Amino acid sequence: MPASSPPLLTVENLNVCFGNTATPAVQGVSFTLHQGEILALVGESGSGKSVTVKSVMRLIDHQGGRITGGRMLLHEAKGPPLDLAQLPLNRMRALRGARMAMIFQDPMTSLNPVLTIGAQLTEAIRQHQPDASISARDIAIDMLEQVRLTDPKGRMTQYPHELSGGMRQRVMIAMALICRPRILIADEPTTALDVTVQAEILALIRSLQQQTGMAVLFITHDMGVVAEIADRVAVMLKGQIVEQGTAGQVFDTPGHDYTRKLLDAAPKFRDSGAVTPPRPPSEMAPVLSVRHLSTQFPVRSAVLRRHVANLHAVEDVSFDLHPRETVAIIGESGCGKSTLAKTLLRLVPAQQGRAFLNGKDLLTLSGEELRQARKDIQMVFQDPYAALDPRMSVRQILSEPLRIRGLGKTEAASDRAMAAVVDKVGLPDETLDRYPHQFSGGQRQRICIARALILSPKVLIADEPVSALDVAIQAQILDLLAGLKRTEDMALLFISHDMAVVERVADRILVLYRGTVVEQGPAHAVLSAPAHPYTRRLLEAVPVSHPRQRFERQTAPTVTTAPVYGRDETPPLSLWKDLGNGHRLRLDEETD
Amino acid sequence: MYLYFLRRLLGAVPVLIVVAGIIFALMQLAPGDAVTMLISDEASEADKARIREAWGLDQPPFIQFLNFLGNALTGDFGTSFRYKMPVMDIVLERLPATVELSLAATFIAVLVGIPLGVLAASRPGSFWDGVASAFSFAGISMPNFWLGILLILLFAGHMNILPSGGREPWGMGLDRITGFLIIDSILQGRWDALLATLKHLALPAIVLGTNMMGIITQMTRAAVQDAMHEDFVMTARAKGLSERRVLWRHAFRNAMVGVVTIIGLEFGTLLSGAMIVETVFAWPGIGSLLISGISARDFPLIIGLVLVYTGIFILMNLLIDLFYTLIDPRIRMN
Repeated sequence: MPASSPPLLTVENLNVCFGNTATPAVQGVSFTLHQGEILALVGESGSGKSVTVKSVMRLIDHQGGRITGGRMLLHEAKGPPLDLAQLPLNRMRALRGARMAMIFQDPMTSLNPVLTIGAQLTEAIRQHQPDASISARDIAIDMLEQVRLTDPKGRMTQYPHELSGGMRQRVMIAMALICRPRILIADEPTTALDVTVQAEILALIRSLQQQTGMAVLFITHDMGVVAEIADRVAVMLKGQIVEQGTAGQVFDTPGHDYTRKLLDAAPKFRDSGAVTPPRPPSEMAPVLSVRHLSTQFPVRSAVLRRHVANLHAVEDVSFDLHPRETVAIIGESGCGKSTLAKTLLRLVPAQQGRAFLNGKDLLTLSGEELRQARKDIQMVFQDPYAALDPRMSVRQILSEPLRIRGLGKTEAASDRAMAAVVDKVGLPDETLDRYPHQFSGGQRQRICIARALILSPKVLIADEPVSALDVAIQAQILDLLAGLKRTEDMALLFISHDMAVVERVADRILVLYRGTVVEQGPAHAVLSAPAHPYTRRLLEAVPVSHPRQRFERQTAPTVTTAPVYGRDETPPLSLWKDLGNGHRLRLDEETD
Repeated sequence: MYLYFLRRLLGAVPVLIVVAGIIFALMQLAPGDAVTMLISDEASEADKARIREAWGLDQPPFIQFLNFLGNALTGDFGTSFRYKMPVMDIVLERLPATVELSLAATFIAVLVGIPLGVLAASRPGSFWDGVASAFSFAGISMPNFWLGILLILLFAGHMNILPSGGREPWGMGLDRITGFLIIDSILQGRWDALLATLKHLALPAIVLGTNMMGIITQMTRAAVQDAMHEDFVMTARAKGLSERRVLWRHAFRNAMVGVVTIIGLEFGTLLSGAMIVETVFAWPGIGSLLISGISARDFPLIIGLVLVYTGIFILMNLLIDLFYTLIDPRIRMN
């Protein structure tokens, strides 16, 4: 398909510089985009892929960039091609949005918060087709239908903050395609989204591309996304394209070392070899035992602030955690994973249920007893950049928990404890007198882990501990956690949305959907034979690792928000079906 | 919405009581005896005691304060020592002059400051950016009494095209309906009176608004410049919108929240500036009334005026809060 179709855009020897520096951010980049193809531009952050496409749109002019060489030919149906590198900005504006449109990474910030969806959709039509025969409003509603947004008429008067991330990205796509451009440029459009939403958006882009025959220039750093969507691939490194070819070629016979590195680093889910072998059920007593835990947040009326209903963020969750075991909680944002963790740490009050840690109910403790119990349950957070106080040295960060608990009475004792814990997490001795900004992301996460370990907890809760880290660093941190679990005799409650990571670390899995556990069991059983439709949807959404594994996916959105019940309503009781070997499925309307 | 408005207004009552308490306490600490304002120094002690009793000044200060609060609830804010008239009657008669002046000054500050700030933000480092910043820093740093005298010298003295003071020419003969001369002259179709009113208003309003204008210019420039770096501005440009639309429809509307906040806060500064400007321009408002009230130790008048000022400030900020909800749909009234 690609090579035989006429070219739409030919970029030749593009050079882009910023400010007065002579070193170009993009150097001698050439590629051709054909009608009806999806070309993926791959590379890590800083490789110049975003600068390249912003140069094509000439948006780079507004960010202090200058095109210092090369041509960018936009081929027209009639007449000679236009060189976008030379075009004055006012003529460029007539092309932007009309011939070429762009969608961006973060749908949360890329829509104007003070204008309605309708106003933002129609302004592009009014700009480019001022004398259209049908009203701009009708075109906009039709477009919202095409991106499969529910209630398109109602959406027109809503504001961006009233929509979820996936819905906003659908709006962005509708906005980009509303004037029927021939080229769509997508700059990491799914990076900020959940895995199931990512799968929906990728499928949507693919199907709209096939309907309209437009060309898509797709930027990503994720080889999984490339495998999902690209016809052809161009790999960028340090401002240059180092390899180009069809998706099949690049995945089967990568020519450049860097491409091989990218492919190796990509998480491989569905690799049967990686699944943790089933372990015999532990005979030891559980260290943490959670029973029928519910956490609700009040929903209040608009004016009088009356308590009218409850948002059931966590509903009837029960599980056991044995020493040296890793239980993974998986689910999308908003499913209640983090609320569950916060409830166990008593950072959020629970409405119902019990959580026994060493035989004491965490949820009823208070005062000194609670302080003592907290020593045994510690947490590692997602973002190691935000979780460390930049004005405290590592020594201060690590000694604080000791001081609060009244441990490490003498300076020598606490120094010994700190040196030991720093060694355990694999950091050099001189770490103690440095500050967080002197460390990389992976090293910071090690410091966070050291801070949690210094009290020798029985349970470590890790809330997406690797999702802010590069793929290569992820593996190191996961290995560290697995090792510590054995040597420190603790149990790990691992919260994640990333199936490849979960597959690597989990002994058992709880699938959390809209606040409730819908399926639980040994990791290999849940991952290889998912029983609940939601679990299947989550697993299917993980990008394939090779283009030939692609399959048709649904493009319609799934509900993920926590349920709201009236104040005196009680949610239905959980009924479970035993699938053997501890694998259990919750019976609900979706499993009938 | 109305409930919210009502709740906020009720919330202002404790603020007013605290303010009244502080002023009352300060005046107890002030040197001098209030009786000397009411009767000549040569009067006998018996006469002075009689006067004290008649005005309630013989009571302990706390009881005096409670009496004041009780009377205030019925709308009686006491009687001015100097004018021997109910305080509220004097204040209400002169209030429109100050409100008219303050609103005119704010109007000028907004009308000049916002476009100048947006212009500067859209072309950072340009000639116009330089002009805007020179203009606004001059506005912020010039004391308004000095600017007032300078402008009087220039426009009233040398050029003789604008009046040097007062609110209206002698014998303009305009009936008071609302007390706001602009509105009254429009209502009566007196275009000559409107012109004369605007001429009298021009200099004091410019002088009073200059400081606020400088601050609004700076604030608008910073807020719009921040907004121009937002992702949605990139989206707007990617749609092919013209720079003017990107600037005004996308960046400016988002920058408005910060600008409006500053307008609300600066209105307080403006009110205190009005006291000086009213004195310089012999403007018959409550600012000059307060200044003369303080020098005459007219305690009831001072309390009444301070409470009116507080009320205006609270009301202005309530309006600003309501305005937020119009600009930014994410802000709800709770």
